[in-house]
Amino acid sequence: MKSITQSVILILLISGVLLLFNRELNEGSKTGKDTITVYNWGQYIDPDLLKQFEEETGIKVIYETFDSNEAMMGKIEQGGTSYDVTIPSEYMVEMMKEKDLLIPIDYSKVPNSKNIDPYFMDLPFDPKNKYSIPYFWGTVGIAFNPTLLEGQTFESWDNLWDPSLKQRVILVDSARETVGMGLNSLGYSLNSTDTKELRKATDKLKALRTNVKAVIGDEVTQLMINNEAAISLTWSGQAADMMFENEDIDYIVPEEGSNLWFDNIVIPKTVDNIDGAHAFINFMLDPEVAAQNADYVGYSTPNLSALDLMDPEVVADERFYPDENTRSHLEVYKNLGLELLGVYNELFLEFKMSLNK
Amino acid sequence: MMKNNNLRSIYTIPYAVWILLFVLAPIGLIVYYSFFDLSGNFTLMNYKNFFSSVYLTLTISSFWYAFLITFFSLLIAYPTAYFLTKTKHKQLWLLLIIIPSWINLLLKTYAFIGLMGLYGPLNAFLEMIGIGKQQILFTDFSFVFVSVYIFIPFMILPIFNALDRLNPALIDASRDLGANSWTTFKRVIWPLTINGVKSGVQVVFIPALSLFMITRLIAGNKVITLGTAIEQQFLVTQNWGMGSTIAVFLILFMFIIMLVTSGNERGMKVNGKNR
Amino acid sequence: MERIGKLPKVFLAVVFIILYAPIFYLIFYSFNSGGGMSNFESFTLEHYAAVFEDKRLIIIVINTIVIALLSALLSTAIGVMGALAIYFMRNKKMRNAVLSLNNILMVSPDVIIGASFLILFTLIGVKLGFASVLISHIAFSIPIVVIMVLPKLAEMNPTLIDAALDLGASKKDIMKRVIIPFIQPGIFAGFFLALTYSLDDFAVTFFVTGNGFTTLSVEIYSMARTGISLTINALSGLIFIVTAGLVIGYYLLNQKLKTPFTGVRK
Repeated sequence: MKSITQSVILILLISGVLLLFNRELNEGSKTGKDTITVYNWGQYIDPDLLKQFEEETGIKVIYETFDSNEAMMGKIEQGGTSYDVTIPSEYMVEMMKEKDLLIPIDYSKVPNSKNIDPYFMDLPFDPKNKYSIPYFWGTVGIAFNPTLLEGQTFESWDNLWDPSLKQRVILVDSARETVGMGLNSLGYSLNSTDTKELRKATDKLKALRTNVKAVIGDEVTQLMINNEAAISLTWSGQAADMMFENEDIDYIVPEEGSNLWFDNIVIPKTVDNIDGAHAFINFMLDPEVAAQNADYVGYSTPNLSALDLMDPEVVADERFYPDENTRSHLEVYKNLGLELLGVYNELFLEFKMSLNK
Repeated sequence: MMKNNNLRSIYTIPYAVWILLFVLAPIGLIVYYSFFDLSGNFTLMNYKNFFSSVYLTLTISSFWYAFLITFFSLLIAYPTAYFLTKTKHKQLWLLLIIIPSWINLLLKTYAFIGLMGLYGPLNAFLEMIGIGKQQILFTDFSFVFVSVYIFIPFMILPIFNALDRLNPALIDASRDLGANSWTTFKRVIWPLTINGVKSGVQVVFIPALSLFMITRLIAGNKVITLGTAIEQQFLVTQNWGMGSTIAVFLILFMFIIMLVTSGNERGMKVNGKNR
Repeated sequence: MERIGKLPKVFLAVVFIILYAPIFYLIFYSFNSGGGMSNFESFTLEHYAAVFEDKRLIIIVINTIVIALLSALLSTAIGVMGALAIYFMRNKKMRNAVLSLNNILMVSPDVIIGASFLILFTLIGVKLGFASVLISHIAFSIPIVVIMVLPKLAEMNPTLIDAALDLGASKKDIMKRVIIPFIQPGIFAGFFLALTYSLDDFAVTFFVTGNGFTTLSVEIYSMARTGISLTINALSGLIFIVTAGLVIGYYLLNQKLKTPFTGVRK
C-alpha cells in the first residue's frame, strides 16, 4: 500500500510540474491576440514560413496535422474544434463541397492568386476555384532503380507485366491508384464507371500477381531509398523524395496516361478567423514564399511566378514539371460517389486477397 | 457476506459508469449504424454481405494469424517470465521488458523494415552464417514475428506475476516426492499459473484479431485481417454501415471465445465455492 | 534463491537483444547526417539540436507524457475497482458477461473507438482537446488493467478476508491491509501496460483531439506521407535514454532504501 501511495504522489507531482512547464512554454507564444489553426499533412510546409507569417502579420499559427484526406474530413464534419485552413486533395475538395463543409474564398483578400498558373485554375473539381486554390500538384507514375534491374527502363504501365520482374513491383495501398493503373494500361479512363471495364482492369491486375512484392503505403519511400525495392507505383512527390536520397532512382509518367493530382488550400466551415485564413492563403501564394516552400517540401508548385525564383534545373525537370504534351494525357480524378468508390475498393480487396495464394 | 456486498457496491460505481458510457453507448452506436446503407436507408444488406466469401475468408485468416501470434507469444513469454523470476533484480528486468513498448510503434516498425530488409543487419547475419540472403519482409514470418514483438510484454507480465508468487516449497516438495522437472511443471507449476496465462492469452489474442497497420507495413497487404477491412470501410470507402457490421461480428466472436474459455476457470471457481 | 543456468541466460539475452534491436537501430540513425534511416553518411548531432530548437515538438512531448501518466493512473484506479467488482460477483454468468463487456474495447479497432468517442463527445458537448484525449485514454486503458488485476484476485485465498473479518477488521482495513497489498503486482502491471496503450495510441487520439492539442503519435503518423524526419529518431532516443535512466535510478534508490526491510520480511 505504501509503495502505491508513494507512486501516486510521484506521478501527480511529475504531471503537475510538466503541465506548469508546458504552460510556461505556451505563454511566451500567446502574446498575439489573433490566431489561426492550420490543419495540414505532417511536414507539408516549411516551418520557417510559419514563423515568418507570424512576424509579418502578428497572427499566431497553431499547426495541427492529419494523415489522410478521409480522416481529416471526418474531423471537420464532426466539428468541436476550429480549423481555419486545411489542405485536401482535389477529389476531397469535391466531396467536402458536396457536404457543404467549405466556405467560398473571397478573392479580394487574396490578390496573390494571380500568381497561379492559369492552366491549373478553373478545373472541373472546383469550377472558377470558388472554394480552393492549388497548393502543390503532381502525377502518378513509376519510380524505378535501373541499377537493380540491369538497366531496364520503363515507358508504359504494360512494362510492369514483364515476366522478368517477379516479386519486384511494389504497388500502393489505394484503390483509385492501383485499379486506375489497370484501367490506364487497357486504355480506359481513370474515372471509368463501366463495370465491364473495371472487371477487365481487375483481372489484368490479378495477372500481375506474381510480379507484386507488396502493396504498401508511404513506407515505399524508405524501401526504394534502401535499394530494397526496385520498382514502385508512386506519386511524383514521393518519387522526388526518393530521388533526393538515392540518385540511382528515376521516375516516369507512363505513356498510356495517368493521374494529375492537386492538393489545395481551402477554408473549412469550422473557420474561426476568416480574415486570418485569407491572410494566410495570400501569404502562401506570394512568389518568394511559394518558392521557398516548394524547395523545402520538394513537390511541384503551381505558382508560375515562383518558378522564376527557383533553381532552373528543378523547374526544367520534365519528370516533375511535365510539358503540355504529357499533361494532355493526364486525367484528374472525378468524385465518383461513394457507391462507386465502394466498388473500386471491393475490386481492389479482391486483388489484394489474390496475392497470398 | 453482507460486508462483502457493501464492499462491492462502493467500488462498482466508477467502473459501471465507464461500461455505460464508453462500452455500451459506443456498441449501441455501432449496432445502429450497421443497419444503414450508404445513402442512409434502413437495410439488412450489410449482414447479408458479411456472409459473402470475402469476409468469411478474412474471418478465418484473422483467427488463424491471431492464433499463431498468441501461440508464439506464449511459447516465448512463458520461459522468459520463468527465467526472469529467477534473476537477482527481477523487478528491474521486468521493467526493462516493458520500456521498449513505450517507443512509438510506427517508428519501431520502420526500424523493422530496415532491420529485415535485403541490405539490413539480419540478412547480413544470414549471409555470414552461410544461409544467404532471404526475402524476409512481406512474408508470413515477418508479420507474425513483428506482431509477437508487439504483444510479448502483454503476455510476459501476467505470467511473471503468477510465477513470482509461486511458493518454492511446493516445487521442492514435488521434487522430493520424486517428480521429474516435466511432471513438476505439468502438475504443479502450470496449474498454478493458469490464471496468468489466461490473462496473457486474452490480452494478446483479442487485439490480434483486429490488427491493422502491421498488415500493410510488414506483410505488404499479403495478410488481410478483419481489422484492416474495418479500417478501410471507415476511412477509405466511408461505408460506416459495413464497417460497423464487421465490428459487430468481431465483438460477437469475442463473446463466443470468452464463453468457451470460461468453462474451466479454476481459480475463480475455487473462490466461488468458498464464498 | 537458485541461480539460473547458462541456457536460460542465453535465452534471456536473445529475448532482450530482439526487444531492443529496433530501438538501437533507430537511435543509431539519429546520428546520421543523411536524410533517412538508411545509408549512414557521417556522424552528426544536428538532429538532437533540432529537437531542442523545436518548441512545438517539446510541448507535444510533454502533452504526451502528461496524458500517459494521468490516464494510466486514473485507468488503474478505475480498473482495480472494476476488477474488485467482478471478483465479488457471485453469479458466474453475470461475471462472464461483465468480463466480455470489459474486453469489447480491446477487440474493437481504434478507428471505431475513435469515431464513436468523437460522436459521444460532441453529443455531450465536451470540448475537444486535453480533457477529451485524457478521458478517451482512460477509457481504452481500463480493460487491460482489469485483466491484469483479476488473476491476482483469483489467486488470493478468500479465507484471508474471512480471517481478517473475524479479527474485527473494518472494510477499509481489509482493502488496505489485505487485498491491495496482495494484488499489488497486478496493479503495477496494469499501470505499466496502460502507459503503453496510451503512448502507442494514434487513431483514437486523432479523432478526439482538437483546439491545438496534439500528441507525439499523431504528429509522427501524419509525417508518414512526406517522410518521418530524423529529429523524431533523436527525440525517441532521448526519451528512451531518459526513461531507462529514470527507471533504473528509481529502482536502485528504492533498493537501497528498502534493503533493511526486505531483509527482515523475507
